[in-house]
Amino acid sequence: MSDLTSLTIAEARDKLRQKEFTSAELTDAYLSAIRGANEKLNAYVTVTEDKARAMAKASDERLAKGDGGALEGIPLGIKDLFATKDVHTQACSHILDRFTPPYESTVTQNLWNAGAVMLGKLNMDEFAMGSSNETSYYGPVTNPWRSKQSNENLVPGGSSGGSATAVSAFLCAGATATDTGGSIRQPAAFTGTVGIKPTYGRCSRWGIVAFASSLDQAGPIARDVRDAAIMLKEMASVDDKDTTSLDRPVPDYEAAVGQSVKGLKIGIPKEYRIEGMPGEIDELWQRGIHWLKDAGAQIVDITLPHTKYALPAYYIVAPAEASSNLARYDGVRYGLREQSDDVVDMYEGTRSKGFGAEVKRRIMIGTYVLSAGYYDAYYLKAQKVRTLIKRDFDLAFENGVDAILTPATPSSAFAIDDAEMAADPVKMYLNDIFTVTVNMAGLPGISVPAGLDAKGLPLGLQLIGRPFDEETLFRAAHTIEQAAGRFTPERWW
Amino acid sequence: MAVDTETVKRVARLSRIAVTDEEAARMEGELNAILGFVAQLDEVDVEGVEPMTSAAPTTMKKRQDVVTEGDQAEAITANAPLSDDGFFLVPKVVE
Repeated sequence: MSDLTSLTIAEARDKLRQKEFTSAELTDAYLSAIRGANEKLNAYVTVTEDKARAMAKASDERLAKGDGGALEGIPLGIKDLFATKDVHTQACSHILDRFTPPYESTVTQNLWNAGAVMLGKLNMDEFAMGSSNETSYYGPVTNPWRSKQSNENLVPGGSSGGSATAVSAFLCAGATATDTGGSIRQPAAFTGTVGIKPTYGRCSRWGIVAFASSLDQAGPIARDVRDAAIMLKEMASVDDKDTTSLDRPVPDYEAAVGQSVKGLKIGIPKEYRIEGMPGEIDELWQRGIHWLKDAGAQIVDITLPHTKYALPAYYIVAPAEASSNLARYDGVRYGLREQSDDVVDMYEGTRSKGFGAEVKRRIMIGTYVLSAGYYDAYYLKAQKVRTLIKRDFDLAFENGVDAILTPATPSSAFAIDDAEMAADPVKMYLNDIFTVTVNMAGLPGISVPAGLDAKGLPLGLQLIGRPFDEETLFRAAHTIEQAAGRFTPERWW
Repeated sequence: MAVDTETVKRVARLSRIAVTDEEAARMEGELNAILGFVAQLDEVDVEGVEPMTSAAPTTMKKRQDVVTEGDQAEAITANAPLSDDGFFLVPKVVE
């Protein structure tokens, strides 16, 4: 971490405008940090040095004229799920080998329009399917955090593990990420960073490789709440190219940071106190409750009775939609192809070689639950359960609750190659138990670092809000951040 | 509902994923673990409940039925493993 890379987006933005340094210098500091760390951390799958320098130069010219955008000259990392014109975009899958899109995703285009600089593409679980970043074709990402008691390598969480590690280890000022069941918030919690999944429809999905279309949402991972607010404002937009993008103006989220939580009603759902939850997680939650109470919020107990059904319903809806979305990878239009004289053999060979084990597992589950005779019993039922999950939240909000406070994850980061997780896919899925409800109901959720466990590893708290009320989440998360402080890993890499 | 090896092979065929006997046997256990997990939904009474279609009340946007970005055969086939003159090449499908 150099003096330049240690700056937050807000600090760097202000200093660039005051001409204390240039974007070229800031960008070079990050490129140098990446060179010194990526071999050990594996956060980037491609570093776009030339493009970064060219973008920084253009930013410096605009800054010199005093007409820079909101993110002018700020170097960002981009999750490999976002299409970036003429740059590696493979969802970290073997099946998309050599794919370079001739178009740009709406979210990344919005960031470039605001003046941001692209450092490269970030590692992730293959097609965003995973909670540990171990399913990437490019190998696992290593968490910059280590236990005080050992030098074992830990996972950064997933699927946005490269984004979380890069932000936490000062390898970019901020990163784009996506969240289908917890893929922004769980890695943010595991790395001491802030991640927000906005309301479904807030960020355009156009140009983001599709996993489960009714759940996927883009959002930022950043070093603090203010930076997350600054990034989300630029990422969010109304987009005609995504019919699920909702027609609402994007507020100035940064203005909400620092506003008091006095008088806000914060709900505490009893269903999130799950069996076998470590005492440390419960203590963290209690601390969060006290911090918000001390800041003037009103704490109320609430009930969300269908919480326990969110994860099983998710493991019907998400694989079903994935099996449909991933049908396009057939060896014809892009990526890998296993040659054969027979077209079906070509499809089957290509998909067998190109997809990893977890992706195959989910396509198979999805195909099964959508196969003839099973649609009503599985997919339709799961979509009805979603209505019930959403109704639980609706009732809480109708009763005056402004935001809901829960733990972000049931544990801190675990080891790479954890034997129990590897042996039992369901155990890995349980990582998302607190985050997945939010995707199922389409609500916004933010994960904010709130403390360290006994091993010295970061833990996060989650705040869940009303649809399109990200501002309240930034307010409340900032209050927690003020009380908890910031968390930075000690450099060992 | 549990799946057997034959069902796994049938689903693999529907998914257009080639699997070996060994893989099918392994997947049988994994898929049954997941199906066992999702079977918790049997406890939920969904009588009279509508399936969720969107997170916020909305009507789907419709666009004009016009050509917006046509004439891009080259860009569209640029990433194809095999293409010729703006066409994708595939193994012969019709005798």
